Amino acid sequence: MNEYHHPTAYVPKSSFAKWFESRLPVIGLIHSSFVAFPVPRNLTYFWTFGAVLTFMLVAQIVTGVFLAMYYTPNADMAFQSVEHIMRDVNYGWLLRYLHANGASMFFVAVYIHIFRNFYYGSYKAPREILFILGVIIFLLMMATAFMGYVLPWGQMSYWGATVITNLFSAIPLVGDTVVSFLWGGYSVGNPTLNRFFSLHFLLPFMIFGVVILHVWALHVPGNNNPTGIPIKSGKDAVPFHPYMTVKDGFSLVTFLIFFAWWVFYLPNYLGHADNYIPANPAVTPSHIVPEWYFLPFYAILRAIPDKLGGVVAMVSAILIWCFLPWLDTSRIRSTAYRPLYKQFFWVFFVVCVLLGWLGSKPAEGGYVIAARICTAYYFLHFLIILPVLGFIERPLPLPSSILDSVMGVQKSGAGMPAGAAAEPSTKG
Amino acid sequence: MLESLVADTATVAEPTRRDFLYIATGAAAAIGGASLVWPFVSSMAPDAATVAAGAPIEVDLAPIPAGQIVKVFWRGKLVFVRHRTEDEIKAADDVNVASLRDPQPDSARVKPGKAEWLIVYGNCTHLGCVPLGQQGEYKGWFCPCHGSIFDTSGRVRGGPAPINLPIPPYTFVSDTTVRIGEGAATA
Repeated sequence: MNEYHHPTAYVPKSSFAKWFESRLPVIGLIHSSFVAFPVPRNLTYFWTFGAVLTFMLVAQIVTGVFLAMYYTPNADMAFQSVEHIMRDVNYGWLLRYLHANGASMFFVAVYIHIFRNFYYGSYKAPREILFILGVIIFLLMMATAFMGYVLPWGQMSYWGATVITNLFSAIPLVGDTVVSFLWGGYSVGNPTLNRFFSLHFLLPFMIFGVVILHVWALHVPGNNNPTGIPIKSGKDAVPFHPYMTVKDGFSLVTFLIFFAWWVFYLPNYLGHADNYIPANPAVTPSHIVPEWYFLPFYAILRAIPDKLGGVVAMVSAILIWCFLPWLDTSRIRSTAYRPLYKQFFWVFFVVCVLLGWLGSKPAEGGYVIAARICTAYYFLHFLIILPVLGFIERPLPLPSSILDSVMGVQKSGAGMPAGAAAEPSTKG
Repeated sequence: MLESLVADTATVAEPTRRDFLYIATGAAAAIGGASLVWPFVSSMAPDAATVAAGAPIEVDLAPIPAGQIVKVFWRGKLVFVRHRTEDEIKAADDVNVASLRDPQPDSARVKPGKAEWLIVYGNCTHLGCVPLGQQGEYKGWFCPCHGSIFDTSGRVRGGPAPINLPIPPYTFVSDTTVRIGEGAATA
C-alpha cells in the first residue's frame, strides 16, 4: 500500500471560506485531489487521457442536452427532427456534428486509455477495483453509444437496433421474452425508440457517477507511472497543479484540434451513408455495420458459428478484462521492463486492430477464417500467454526510484546532479 | 536630507515574461470561452423554420359582415379582426380619453380611413385569458376569468386588466385585404 501523505493541506483564508469549509469541505477536497495531489514526475501524455475523457463526457452531455431541445423521439418524426436541427436550428449542424463525432472521439480516447493500462500494468494490485470500475464505465459507454445511434432513425439505426436486440434471443429459455421487453413490442418500433431516448439521456449521468468512484479509487494508491514502481519519496512526485493541469490542458487542446478536424472537414466520414436514408423495416441494407468502435467485438460475434456462442464470446471479450489483475502473474507492472511480454503485447495490439478491420468486412471466405484465428488469439493472450509469461519471463532490472529513472543514474557526473532539478511537491 | 520630505515608496518590478503569458493566456481563454458559448446560446433562438412560420399573414376582409369578430393567429398569438358597426365606432369616439385607465383616443387605435376595422391581440392584458366578444357593459369584450371589461376600441374600462388590448402591426394591402405582421405599429 502506498498511502502518500499530502504535503500541503488547504487552509481557508477568508472568513466566508472558513464558514463554508467547516460545513461542506468541498474546496479542501478539490485542493487535495486536484491541486496538491502528488503525481509521479515521469508521467507521459498517455496519462492525460483520463482528463480528456472527462472533458468528452461533459461535452457529450452538453451538446446532447441542447440537441434534446429539438429532437423528437417518435418514429414518425425523429429523422425529420434531426434534419430540422441540421438545417433550421441556429448552429444545429454544429451541435449534431459535435455530438456524433464526439462519440467517436470519446472512444478514441478510451481505447488509448485502456491500452495504456494494459501496457503499464495499471490494472495490477492495488488498482484492481479502479480497473473494474473502468470496465463498467466502458460497458455503459457502449450501451449509451448504441442507443444514441438508434435515435436518428435512419436505416443503420433501425437495423443495428434490430440485430443487436435480437442477440438477446440467444439467451436460453427467457431470450424471446427479454427481447420483446426490450422492444416494447413485436419488433423494433416507436416504443423502442422512445425508451432508447430516455435511457440514452439517463446513462451518461450514471457514467458520471461511476467516473467519480473511478477517480476516488485512483486517489487511494495514486497514479501508476511508466516504470511501474511506486512513489518512494517526495522527489519522485510533483504536485498535480501546475504540472499535470498544464499537461492535461495541452493534451486536451491537441485532442480538440484533432476532434475539430473531423467535425469541420470530415463530419460524416466515420458514419455510414445509409443512415441518411429514413428507416425502412421492409429493406435491410446490404452490409449492416456498427460504428467503428464496435467493430472488433462485432468481428468476434460473427466469428463463432453458433448464435449463443457468438454472443457469449463477444461479451466475454470484454468481461475477461475484469480478471486481468489475476490472469497477469508477473511481479513486474510495466511492460517497459518486460522484454518478452512486450512482443506479445504488440501482437495483441495488432490482433485487436485486425479484428476491427475484419468487423467491417462481409462475413465471407478468408475474412471469416482470419476473424476466427484472431478471436482465438485474443482469448489465448488473456488465458494462456499472460498467466504463463509471468512465471517464465526474466524481466529487466527496475530503476531504484522514479527520480532515478527520470534523471538517469548519476555516476560519471554527466547531466544534472540528482535532486538539483526543480523542487517538486513541497511547493505551497 | 531631501529623502525625509518624501514618502517611502517601493519601485514597481518590471513586467516579466510570465506576466505577459498569464495575460495572453487569460485573453485567449476568454475569447475561446465566448466562442464556445455563443453557438449554444444562439441555438436557443427561434430557428429558421420558426422564423419563416412567423411571416405576416393575409386576412380577407370581404366575407366579414359588420358586427362580426374574426379570430386569426399570427406567430402563435390570437388576433381579433373586428368589423365595427357605425354605433360601435361612435361609442368608441364618445369618450373622455383622460378618464381612461390607459388613455388612448380611438383614432390612435385604427388606421386612417379604416375606422371600421379594429385589429387587436386577443388575450386579456390581466393574465392572458381570451375575452368574450360583444359582451360587458360597453359591448366590446368581457373577460370571464377575473371580470375585465373592454370597450369597442379594445380599451380597458373595468376589472383588473392594466392596459388596453395591444395592437399588432398591420397594413392594408387593399380595401378587402389586410396583412397582419407587417407595417408600422398603429399605437
